[in-house]
Amino acid sequence: MTEEEDRVEYAAQNAALHRYFDTVMTEPIPARMYMKRPAWIDYARAALLLGVGVALGLAMPWLRPEPPVVSLTPTPLPIRAARAHLVYSPEVRHPVEVDAKDKDHLVKWLSKRLGLQLKVPVLADQGFELLGGRLLPGPEGPVAQFMFQDATGKRLTLYVSKPHPGEQMTAFRFAQDNGVSVFYWIDKDCDYALSGEVDKPTLARVASAVYRQLEP
Amino acid sequence: MDYNLIVPFIPNLRRYARALVGDREGADDLVQDTLERAVRKFHLWRPGDLRAWLFSIMHNVFVNQLKARKTGVHVEIDENALAAPVPTATSVDVLDLQSALLKLPMEQREVVLLIALEDMSYADVSRALGIPIGTVMSRLSRGRERLRGYMAGEVTRTGPLRVIQ
Repeated sequence: MTEEEDRVEYAAQNAALHRYFDTVMTEPIPARMYMKRPAWIDYARAALLLGVGVALGLAMPWLRPEPPVVSLTPTPLPIRAARAHLVYSPEVRHPVEVDAKDKDHLVKWLSKRLGLQLKVPVLADQGFELLGGRLLPGPEGPVAQFMFQDATGKRLTLYVSKPHPGEQMTAFRFAQDNGVSVFYWIDKDCDYALSGEVDKPTLARVASAVYRQLEP
Repeated sequence: MDYNLIVPFIPNLRRYARALVGDREGADDLVQDTLERAVRKFHLWRPGDLRAWLFSIMHNVFVNQLKARKTGVHVEIDENALAAPVPTATSVDVLDLQSALLKLPMEQREVVLLIALEDMSYADVSRALGIPIGTVMSRLSRGRERLRGYMAGEVTRTGPLRVIQ
């Protein structure tokens, strides 16, 4: 075979090989062949960056996040009154600080502490007698709580405080919290809330009597 | 290392592997092993012909795979991939090109494919396979001769080819 024949023959071989195998070149490359660098390098980099970040943050105090600001919204009046009722009304031996025997002293003391001229309603017609009263802390300072009791031992508390700034005057409202019913109203000088674990009509009757007696 | 340097050569590696191994699965496994080894050994690559370097890695991986099969170590290679398949042509004495290639000794098959299919120079083939240029040339001419014989249906002087009736 001549060299020329060889060249022709080999060129034909090359062409045949290309015809046969070139299609492989255009086949989509299997995803597994797009290799990532070994995974530990990524982890190492991530750890390093994290470390740098933490170090920077610690080194520069102004980069530290500020402590979260907690906004202290005052608890609404009926909730405060109901909680106070729940705390003191079950007391057997010390339901009040000053007994109704010393009613004049009680009213004078609480009026002085609240900076208001307090009046204690008389609820005998509704079947409740004054048991006494106590001083409580409130969001705006002292709060007065008067406690009443009927013949069966059922107790009501009247929660009286100065209104805090921004509080809207309201007419008679009803609320419930933890099984305690509360009628409350806010007028120009005072917040009032009457609480008791009694049904709503009973409480409404007593509350309107209180309202009538206290409003000028 | 930058794997993106290697990616453009994947189609060539796959084409060559397909012709060398004969079946798709086995060929892509060879490519995959080659790429993984290239990534591990990338620090050994000195700027130069990256293609020749990749083909030399593929050659080593391929040789290792054959050795592993010979020593009976189980590897994930399709058993049919490296054995010469039974020719499909029956009436005519013409072999399928792939079958003919697989009948070539592995050393000749590599050289023929690198030059005829991948258009590599003798020097590049010599580097990739780690053999002298003279050996490249002699394997090439013997391989081409045999291939021509198989394709023409000749029983060559040198090959123990089973005659196809």
